[in-house]
Amino acid sequence: MSNESKVDCGRRRLVVATAAVGGAGALVALVPFLSSMLPSERAKAAGAPVEVDIGNLELGQMMTVEWRGKPVWIINRNKPMLETLPELNDQMADPSSDKDMQPEYCKNETRSIKPEYMVVVGICTHLGCSPSAKFKHGPADGMAADWLGGFLCPCHGSHFDFAGRVFKSQPAPTNLEVPPHMYLSDTRILIGEHKKGA
Amino acid sequence: MKRLLTALLVAPAIALASGAAVHLDKAPDVQSNNAALQSGARTFVNYCMNCHGLSYVRYNRLTQLGLTEQQIKENLLFTADKVGEPMRIAARPGEQKAWFGAAPPDLSLVARSRASEDGSGADWLYTYLRSFYRDDKRPTGWNNLMFENVGMPHVLWQLQGIQVLDADHHLELATPGTQTPAEFDKTIANLVGFMVWAAEPEAGFRKQLGFGVLAYLLVLFGFAYKMKKNYWKDIK
Amino acid sequence: MASNTNFEKYKSDGSLQGKALEWFDARFPATSMWRGHLSEYYAPKNFNFWYFFGSLAMLVLVIQIVTGIFLVMHYKPDASLNASGIPIAFASVEYIMRDVPWGWLVRYMHSTGASAFFVVVYLHMFRGIIYGSYRQPRELIWVFGTLLFLCLMAEAFMGYLLPWGQMSFWGAQVIVNLFSAIPLVGEPLSIWIRGDFVVGDATLNRFFSFHVIAVPLVLLGLVAAHILALHEVGSNNPDGVEIKKRKDAQGIPLDGIPFHPYYSVKDIVGVVVFLMVFSIIVFFAPEGGGYFLEYNNFIPADPLKTPLHIAPVWYFTPYYSLLRAMVWPLFGIDAKFWGVVAMGGGVVILAFLPWLDRSPVKSIRYRGPIFKTLLTIFVISFFILGFLGTKAPSYAFFGIIPGAPVAQLLSLYYFLFFLTMPWWSKIDKYKPEPDRVTM
Repeated sequence: MSNESKVDCGRRRLVVATAAVGGAGALVALVPFLSSMLPSERAKAAGAPVEVDIGNLELGQMMTVEWRGKPVWIINRNKPMLETLPELNDQMADPSSDKDMQPEYCKNETRSIKPEYMVVVGICTHLGCSPSAKFKHGPADGMAADWLGGFLCPCHGSHFDFAGRVFKSQPAPTNLEVPPHMYLSDTRILIGEHKKGA
Repeated sequence: MKRLLTALLVAPAIALASGAAVHLDKAPDVQSNNAALQSGARTFVNYCMNCHGLSYVRYNRLTQLGLTEQQIKENLLFTADKVGEPMRIAARPGEQKAWFGAAPPDLSLVARSRASEDGSGADWLYTYLRSFYRDDKRPTGWNNLMFENVGMPHVLWQLQGIQVLDADHHLELATPGTQTPAEFDKTIANLVGFMVWAAEPEAGFRKQLGFGVLAYLLVLFGFAYKMKKNYWKDIK
Repeated sequence: MASNTNFEKYKSDGSLQGKALEWFDARFPATSMWRGHLSEYYAPKNFNFWYFFGSLAMLVLVIQIVTGIFLVMHYKPDASLNASGIPIAFASVEYIMRDVPWGWLVRYMHSTGASAFFVVVYLHMFRGIIYGSYRQPRELIWVFGTLLFLCLMAEAFMGYLLPWGQMSFWGAQVIVNLFSAIPLVGEPLSIWIRGDFVVGDATLNRFFSFHVIAVPLVLLGLVAAHILALHEVGSNNPDGVEIKKRKDAQGIPLDGIPFHPYYSVKDIVGVVVFLMVFSIIVFFAPEGGGYFLEYNNFIPADPLKTPLHIAPVWYFTPYYSLLRAMVWPLFGIDAKFWGVVAMGGGVVILAFLPWLDRSPVKSIRYRGPIFKTLLTIFVISFFILGFLGTKAPSYAFFGIIPGAPVAQLLSLYYFLFFLTMPWWSKIDKYKPEPDRVTM
């Protein structure tokens, strides 16, 4: 009897050891398969930082560039546009950009490095549609009479101002994302990368 | 039963004991020598990439050979503006076809596709690139012992010099080039080494990983075998 | 065995876990499947080396399905040219090899798995032949197995087109053209199969569809049928005697042992050894010396230029030799047609083995010299046919013995081995089978 239970004990140890070694191997074998679903070298190359020449961007206009397959807006804000920002503070969900939707160097009143140039990812933080530009005051763009200009998401109606800040009580939970970016010169911006101290 | 097994083992051996004719020179293996591979990359970019693409290899893959992205940008990046882009040629394939009659093939995989029973793809390339000779009957002025009536001219002739065929159909160096024959062989060995690397950049890592996997399986075999023995001692 | 035993349902021990199991088992035959197919499926205790290959074939099937799922995420069945002038399908394979993280491993596992599949299946079939596993009452298992083999060939053939290299293209071109040999309907039939006048984008897309969905579904169904039929009648063994003839008081075969744990722990050892061989190829020789990945297939498909020498992948070459052996027109029909008949017949004739073999004993252990001699010649000639299939028709052994007539002679032998079996298997000597299995 005692002999038999001894045998079983050894057997159990072997089963546990084999299962542990085999299971560990199976888990490691999962790594290549799951990693193969990560962005490929091609996707990474396509997602590399984008250099943009903003020399020709007129005051009050915006341009759209593609970065990682997403639209990035660069808006050359004129004075009246910038003046709307403090006016709207009390209508904003996150007026002082407390939520982490921008690099540290853009956590300011204009959400930008240089006050006039706004760089922002044009993807609504609600469900990922791209908002449309509604730059004109009042009902000219089909907005309400007290509209000061900004963006409207066509999918679920979220409103954003010229700094990409979302209005209160809107479907979008946060302000639009400001991507990492830096100035290579006065007229060249690199989107997607910011060297420390830049 | 035993006889059958022996017969099974012998049959393919008999069948395989035949063939082989073309003699290929053995290409030196430079895969573990980054300096050689880098020099091969430079030769490729300077001489081959005017016509042949290496379009499955991204420039930044060359960091695997010990180059930095900065070095790649400064010394090798002529046909693209980002290091993440593939090593394509400047011309479009359609244009090349119009110029040459046939588009020079992409060489990303040539070191694998040229393998045969006669030798590895590297051996073929190493022999081929050293077998050009002067032939005025050809429109390019060049012919090749390995590849009769080849369409490609001898791009590296300034380095090698001019070879001609002697009466026995052997290659003979008629006019020396800027490199000695030994130096030229080394240039080609490095170039071929680079093409072998480019044909499968993961090959080195693949082999290293293989040893790890086999070591693991050996341990697992030990446990599995003991477990089987333990259960099967019940069976008489 | 599985179906004619009523296993008791799981009874709860009162714990929460037990209750959940009881609830589940009352609604799903979990216990009865576990017992019927594993813990109370009694297999002969004398299985030897040859009995690993069934479970290994299942393992390779799983490897192929899993790696296949991940390859489909990145592969593109598109014959049009990309910006560098390379077909997109071909480029997408190299994209997997270079740009997809770990893609090279997944792809090499799949390409090596294809060859491994045929290695284990050929060995599995050979086991069936030497131990008479196809004999009554296991005819249906064998027939399902033959169908599996046929499906596997179709699966491998269509999968081989997908990398869209030179061998992919011209291999498919040649094989699809075989159908045009069929009198009257042949030409329209081959156009219908291709969806074009040459192998093209339409062909690539439909082969992709068949390779990833249609054929695998049939394969899985046939595997289930193969195993259910096996578990209905019980496994054969190297002695070829029926263990069910001698049972103990509980009705358990005296020479039977539960599949689980005894054969499950044994098969795990086989699996690990297989994985070692598999890993050696995947990590150190994925091209298999040009037999697993053909060198010419590293060149993109070019419909205007046939490679100097084209040969199918090694696992098709014995049957390719049968095809090429037929060079005479018969009954007013082209030789090409008879080549197709020979190749197809070579596979189909296997299915009739249970009815061709008239020997009173099953296993090679008790069969006579005629069987052993003829089988040895058969195996050797199968190898030589396979070897010749990789060579050009002009090939000569040692440069002097022409290969083509040898292939014709061996092809004739291939069919005579089966067709005359009813006669020679009857007159062959045999030793009496033992009552019980021997270890």
